[in-house]
Amino acid sequence: MDTDVLSAPYVLEYTYQRSTGPVIGRFLTALRDARLEGVRTSAGKVLVPPLEYDPETGEATGDPVEVGQSGTVTTWSWVHAPRRFHPLDRPFAWALVKLDGADTAMLHAVDAGTPTVMATGMRVTARWRAERTGSIRDLECFVPAGGASR
Amino acid sequence: MSAPPDERPPVTVLQAPVRLDYTVTAGHHLSTYLRALADRKIVGGRCPECHKVYLPARGACPTCGVPADAPVEVADQGTVTTFCVIRIPFDAAPFPPPYVAVAILLDGADMPIFHLVRGIEPDAARMGMRVRAVWVPDDQLGPTLASIRWFEATGEPDAPFEAIASHL
Repeated sequence: MDTDVLSAPYVLEYTYQRSTGPVIGRFLTALRDARLEGVRTSAGKVLVPPLEYDPETGEATGDPVEVGQSGTVTTWSWVHAPRRFHPLDRPFAWALVKLDGADTAMLHAVDAGTPTVMATGMRVTARWRAERTGSIRDLECFVPAGGASR
Repeated sequence: MSAPPDERPPVTVLQAPVRLDYTVTAGHHLSTYLRALADRKIVGGRCPECHKVYLPARGACPTCGVPADAPVEVADQGTVTTFCVIRIPFDAAPFPPPYVAVAILLDGADMPIFHLVRGIEPDAARMGMRVRAVWVPDDQLGPTLASIRWFEATGEPDAPFEAIASHL
């Protein structure tokens, strides 16, 4: 019996293009201007990133609110070996960052250099790309506040 | 260089591709089928209980659950069971539309394979149509169904519906 089996690469790819809707569209447009925007709920909470509907009441969310460029890490996980489509090509942290003025935290990368720098409660600040297109990747990553490691 | 931010229209669309990079391993039975294609042969497997010829061969008959790996060569011509005319272009389209994709019940097989029919007007595609394989030149043969370039009409009279009715 021939035990040598064949194998070959097989790529499954869906080139989706999605409509953003007004709320996410506004968020992405703000990112293109290097600003961070959320929305306010009827209870006065500020959701960043914005949602179209308040997860607590199901009501449509209200006015856009600009929040700070810095925030606090609420939880994080270190990536020792970044993969091809990760936002950074060197080890980094995925972190939930609660931006100043926001009541919810947003997931993004923190370019901390080494995991010993990372801590829950640490302060981080946004680093923007020079060329921005209206994508979450316009926000390149967060960096520890007061000293960007490179 | 892109325009200043405030001159660009607001963002309304988002590119959100999904991409999965697999390495597919064919396994023993599928490898037998693929290697035969490099020799211009189409090989399935017969179930010893229900006598159906699966194409490609499976390790076991899906109906009877018994090993079904006795290799059986089937013909490189057969009957169109169903078809679809592709009229909308897409990235991976093998030809500019319109073209015809078909399920073909090869003579001697009980399961259709999927391939393309060329050389006919799309409106001429029909169930029961008799077709034969057009193989690539020898130096392009390989362990892949792409060894069959496409199928073409044989010109024989159509097979009756009863010939394909239990293979749809």
